[in-house]
Amino acid sequence: MKRKEVRSLFYSFPMGAWFTVFFVVPLLIIASYSFMKKGLYGGVVFERSFYAYVQLWSADYGILFFRTLWISVLVTFLCIVIALPAGYAIARSKHQLFFLFLIVIPFWTNSLIRINAWIAILGNQGFLNSLFKRLHLITHSLPLLYSRTSVILVLLYMSLPYAIFPIFSAIDKFDFSLLEAARDLGAGKTQSIMVILLPNIRAGIITAIIFTFIPVFGSYTVPLLVGGKGSYMLGNLIVDQVTKIRNWPLASAFSVLITAFSTMCVIWMMYISIKQEKKQKRKG
Amino acid sequence: MESINYREEKKHPAAVHGKYRSASNSPYRKLTGWFKKKKKGTEASRHARRAYKNLPQVSFSMTVLVLTLIFLFLPLIVITVFSFNSGKALVWNSFSLEWYYKLFFHSERLWHSFINSLIVAFVSAFIAVVMGTFAALGVQWYRFRGRAYIQTVSLLPMVLPEVVIGMSMLIFFSALNIPLGFFTIISAHITFCLPFVFLLVLARLEEFDFSIIEASRDLGATEGQTLFKVILPAIFPAILSGFLMAVTLSLEDFVITFFVSGPGTTTLPLYVFSMVRYGISPVINALSFVMILGTMFIAFMLRNLLKGIAASS
Repeated sequence: MKRKEVRSLFYSFPMGAWFTVFFVVPLLIIASYSFMKKGLYGGVVFERSFYAYVQLWSADYGILFFRTLWISVLVTFLCIVIALPAGYAIARSKHQLFFLFLIVIPFWTNSLIRINAWIAILGNQGFLNSLFKRLHLITHSLPLLYSRTSVILVLLYMSLPYAIFPIFSAIDKFDFSLLEAARDLGAGKTQSIMVILLPNIRAGIITAIIFTFIPVFGSYTVPLLVGGKGSYMLGNLIVDQVTKIRNWPLASAFSVLITAFSTMCVIWMMYISIKQEKKQKRKG
Repeated sequence: MESINYREEKKHPAAVHGKYRSASNSPYRKLTGWFKKKKKGTEASRHARRAYKNLPQVSFSMTVLVLTLIFLFLPLIVITVFSFNSGKALVWNSFSLEWYYKLFFHSERLWHSFINSLIVAFVSAFIAVVMGTFAALGVQWYRFRGRAYIQTVSLLPMVLPEVVIGMSMLIFFSALNIPLGFFTIISAHITFCLPFVFLLVLARLEEFDFSIIEASRDLGATEGQTLFKVILPAIFPAILSGFLMAVTLSLEDFVITFFVSGPGTTTLPLYVFSMVRYGISPVINALSFVMILGTMFIAFMLRNLLKGIAASS
């Protein structure tokens, strides 16, 4: 037994050590930096201070936080509303892999390329404005780009696959005979979906929410490239605080906040999926 | 009557022993088989599934799916069409390959950054695959202290926003006075690729038949021989797709690289970022189409794993 344990270390040790050094330690460092004083030219002074956490409560950051939260909640909601029927259609289709293939192509194409494509579509001299002018619908360009709407649209575009995939795989595992039974017992189409399907794929929906919400909550490139002044988000703030303003304790405090929040989401997700597994075992 | 019987008899063996009798051999089956899935579940659930699949395809959910696909492909199609346009405007002028010519013959800095990206992608994918595969073997087949820690910690980098990972790594490297460059980029890329490789290999190992290993040990193979001659060849498809997945993720990443790259180590996404940010040249449209084709190629190579990827992402 002892020998086995030593041998298992040889297998898993490199990855465990790697994550400890390059992932856990950096997170611990920023956690400790968030309790230090800002250095004069960036960096930190090794003195204990809660100033960064006091700064978090200022009105400007509050507005920023709630704006980010609002955009993330809205995008996540739209994603789920679209992904539920779309995932259902894929799961029911005869050509599942073909549809997954189609969804994966925009998903894996470089995100900057996709953002650039949206700039080409929405810009003042962009595709839509040129088209409308050609059709004599407008004389002046519509300000489609650099607004909160364009940020929401592009974020929705970016995160739809994140929502579709887990919902699809949850529906794909779902036993459709249950739905048939519900229909046989006199439930309407909508009723059978609401009462039978949705509760059974809850774990998939929660995974979809988490994998949409967290990346949107920490998004940086989309608000930077297609957003205006009214769509500066938390991700932009962290990057600017690190690279331009060089207030590392404040940036660290924000990161600690996001990390704690994300970790809680992961624990919640694991808890739900374990609970569902247990429930299925009891049934089977 | 006799003649009909004779013909039938004659036709039958030919059909049975014909070249394309076995389902997986016919060219048509090969074509459709690229997008076919294995049957799963109990008989009742299979029947129900089939009944549902045979419903008319024009439904509310199908309409949403088609609209979603149009939404997802619209920007890609627009950018592809205008990459073949002459002139800079986004109004159709005439067909030309000038931007492709510029992309392939007058963009040295772009290709230089692409080579940087390739080096980073292949080195980090290779290291991630080696570590991830061994870790998956260890976690799947042994119980040891720290197993839960490894499982949890390998999940978190997938969930945390890239901004947080990039920023924490930048602060980590600068706290240790490590100069930013290839080393820092590659170690960051290994960190965010590892979870995907680990999970892909782990998923393959979970359906691995343990008796094969017992057989090989019974026949006198050492643990090393079993590993290299039995286990690794058997899980090689998963390892290869983990590698391709890691290469894709690494080539795609902008935010984390943005934090940990130094002067002189511009990767392709960083270069594309500067193109998008500071003045758009239609060369980027030509580049977009080339990259879309590359993505299609990789997605096609990984087509049989798409369901697994969908389940793990």
